[in-house]
Amino acid sequence: MKAAEGVVKKFSIGVGRVALLACEVVRSLYTTRIDWAELLKQINFIGVRSVFVVLTTGASTGMVFCAQTLYQLHKVKMDSAALSVVGIAMTGDLGPVLAGLMVAGRVGAGITAELGTMRVTEQIDAMRTMSTHPIDYLVVPRFIATVLAMPLLTILAWVVGIFAAYVLLGSVLGVDQASSLKHMYYYTDTGDVLMGLIKALVFGALISLISCYRGLNCDKGAEGVGKATNEAVVQSCISILVSNFFLTLLLRPILKSF
Amino acid sequence: MIEVENLSKSFGSHLVLDQIGFEVDEGESIAIIGRSGTGKSVLIKHLIGLMSPDSGIVKVGGQNLVGMSERELLLVRQKFGMLFQGAALFDSLNVAENIAFPLRRTGCSDESEINRRVDEVLNLVELAGTNLKMPSELSGGMQKRVGLARAIVHRPQIILYDEPTTGLDPIVSDSIDQLMMRVRDKYQITSIVVTHDMRCARRLGQRVIYLREGQVYLDASAGEVFNSQDALVKQFIRGEANLKEVNF
Repeated sequence: MKAAEGVVKKFSIGVGRVALLACEVVRSLYTTRIDWAELLKQINFIGVRSVFVVLTTGASTGMVFCAQTLYQLHKVKMDSAALSVVGIAMTGDLGPVLAGLMVAGRVGAGITAELGTMRVTEQIDAMRTMSTHPIDYLVVPRFIATVLAMPLLTILAWVVGIFAAYVLLGSVLGVDQASSLKHMYYYTDTGDVLMGLIKALVFGALISLISCYRGLNCDKGAEGVGKATNEAVVQSCISILVSNFFLTLLLRPILKSF
Repeated sequence: MIEVENLSKSFGSHLVLDQIGFEVDEGESIAIIGRSGTGKSVLIKHLIGLMSPDSGIVKVGGQNLVGMSERELLLVRQKFGMLFQGAALFDSLNVAENIAFPLRRTGCSDESEINRRVDEVLNLVELAGTNLKMPSELSGGMQKRVGLARAIVHRPQIILYDEPTTGLDPIVSDSIDQLMMRVRDKYQITSIVVTHDMRCARRLGQRVIYLREGQVYLDASAGEVFNSQDALVKQFIRGEANLKEVNF
């Protein structure tokens, strides 16, 4: 029982501290000049360099999901609905979640390891002595870059996932592409697209805040950096999966009319 | 210029600083000495607000740092330059960008002025021409010198040195000592050096504070400290180990 209490307490403190970091980031966004050079560097690292992994994941998931769906729908002679299912799933859930998980693994680990190493080698203290708030210089550019990059990477995952499924249907599985596409346009609505984009923004914010928090507060030594990096990836992934569920429940009624 | 009163700090149950008190006047050069683990680095980090004490007061130019927010401290820290034990250069920036960092972050946007100041301090630390090198391409001594250049480029009123010669060979240590003396004499900066290198303390400190078991054991002029007949002070200065007391 005490162990469970300890876990709940630790979790609550962690959530509280990440929320405080978020408040400080918002404050910094309004009060501090953005370092554009650092922001562009982060957009390159977080966005551009994640393109390959998101493309691969999107294409693979789109094709596998399409094939599995088709095998089931074929039993009830609804072959042309397979692409619609892929479209709805990719836009509302799979796209943002897969892009989020990939970015959490690739970028989140990188952010935590970099900031953690800066902390243990006193580079962050050095920054503070030079009248620079680490949140202004280190966290804000990473936050903006991740929040900007996530929706774009999600769109990329949609496009490549749906396109891969479309090609697979026509060229390998022998399904009529034109009617598949027509059904997909009919059943995939603006609400799905908006929900996917909103989720991508939220996931981007979660990944950057959790990763930066873990890096800025890691324990000393190589072990401390390794542990923080591991925790950042695990916590980012869990937060994406948990928030995805609640965002779906929250957004679906709101976006129903679109 | 700096006043420390009843400063105490503990980590868990370990009391590191116990009711420390001293003052530093403008232009003074002070060496804080003591064995490893006596809280020298912890003390120097309190002077610039990198750590907050459990109790006590730290005043810089009349302003009490204790209780200030991080953003208020940023303004006070403009008076300071600090050289860290491991130099703490930013890995991702080259030498010139590292040195220009405090200038750019305090609003200086004139690139020709920034370049002039960077070249000036690089000349002072005898590293002219290394502007484009990355920190990983420099030796430990060179990194310390770049760290020193970065600490003085914005012309601080106070400079703090945390173990400036630790890990360096005697020749490089000597060059760092000479550079610190050159900086002190050229810019008339208030200097505080934390060290257990007696040669460094003797050369840089006009006044020496000896910390022992978290307290100020002796605060006197360099001459008095280095000629002290106190058994503990003599033992420390001569580096004589009493095997019964040493905690490895």
